[in-house]
Amino acid sequence: MAAAEVANERAITVTVNGTRFERRVEARKLLIHFLRDDLDLTGSHVGCDTGNCGACSVIVDGTLLKSCMLLAVQADGASIETVEGLADGEELSKLQQAFNDHHALQCGYCTPGMLMSATALLRKNAHPSEEEIRKALQGNICRCTGYWNIFEAVKAAAE
Amino acid sequence: MLLREVGYARPASLGEALETLAADDGARALAGGQTLVNVMKMRAGSPDVLVDLADLQELKGIELGADGTLDIGAMTTYTELIESSEARARPILGEVCAQIADVQVRNRGTVGGNACTNDPTNHLPPVFAALGAEFVVRGQGGERVVPAADFFLGVYMTAAAQDELLTRIRVPAGRRDGFAAVTLGVDGTCIVSAAAALNGGVSLAIGCVDAVPVRLEPESTDPEAVREAVRAAKLDPPSDVHASSDYRRHLAEVLAVRAVQQAEGRS
Repeated sequence: MAAAEVANERAITVTVNGTRFERRVEARKLLIHFLRDDLDLTGSHVGCDTGNCGACSVIVDGTLLKSCMLLAVQADGASIETVEGLADGEELSKLQQAFNDHHALQCGYCTPGMLMSATALLRKNAHPSEEEIRKALQGNICRCTGYWNIFEAVKAAAE
Repeated sequence: MLLREVGYARPASLGEALETLAADDGARALAGGQTLVNVMKMRAGSPDVLVDLADLQELKGIELGADGTLDIGAMTTYTELIESSEARARPILGEVCAQIADVQVRNRGTVGGNACTNDPTNHLPPVFAALGAEFVVRGQGGERVVPAADFFLGVYMTAAAQDELLTRIRVPAGRRDGFAAVTLGVDGTCIVSAAAALNGGVSLAIGCVDAVPVRLEPESTDPEAVREAVRAAKLDPPSDVHASSDYRRHLAEVLAVRAVQQAEGRS
């Protein structure tokens, strides 16, 4: 049995919000930096860069994860959804509209991650309990501490 | 954050992965990456090569044997285990996995990674130790089965060597288990944890008080007997910003009793 090929750089193909991209990336590049710097998709934010805050949350092959804890090369072949893909043109998703209606953002920095976490929740569980909503947003920190309105918005979108 | 330059390989088979690890002693297995990627950001570890285990089918899936033994692939994520109908045969596993970090981390982090990292604050090493799990370790020379008592060797060290891979974790049948922990915030890092299994005898393991889970066998489930067993272990846990050594020793007794009581309450 031969060893697998080892390289510091690889060509990867990803589909982001329905658009296919082929790029060469360094193995050390985190997915969040690939999305922001290589693809100019700056909706996903870098909040802490330590895997704690969740501002970089995206959905990869249907799974919510923090894109600062995944290398871009690990996402080769994957279908990625970011906050840019939630609205249909000018029309906000039901969840985004609920964030607007309930004043669920103050500075807005955590909002992309909150929206992705809540989107993942509502897909899996269309009618979550209050406890399930709280648990689903546990990985997302809002340093304005505006959690209550975020919670209300998710609850409204689920009704 | 920019990581140090690193090589990356994505082997298609277990044999290829073992060959790639053996070819470079600076190569490290990359499972879910929920610890390793952060360790690399902090420069606490700088592997030369990352061997991505994502495509290794041998490390996936959960099977329930006829005798009730659960055979869990090392690359099983916490979320997969929580949602697995097979894994409900040993409910404590899913219950503890649901207390690890948050949704995003549970979606990527793996049970094998949790065991192999063997950070003393990790949730699963004490659970596997109390339950008497066995670890299937593969190297180029073949396969061996390591009992939990011999698997956890030291802080960040297990019986799986640099050129070996943990492939499966086997958990024997049983239901009367308990787990209790004091954590940094809800579902946060453990300050002290305790796991108990009452499936013939009393099996107890305390986490965060030594380099590896401390395995104890109290004479009975009586709270005083449990406390006495913990005291007799003469634990010397570390002090840090979260808890003094004395406080950890105190928590070890309290949590051991809680874990045993939880296990006792189950049929």
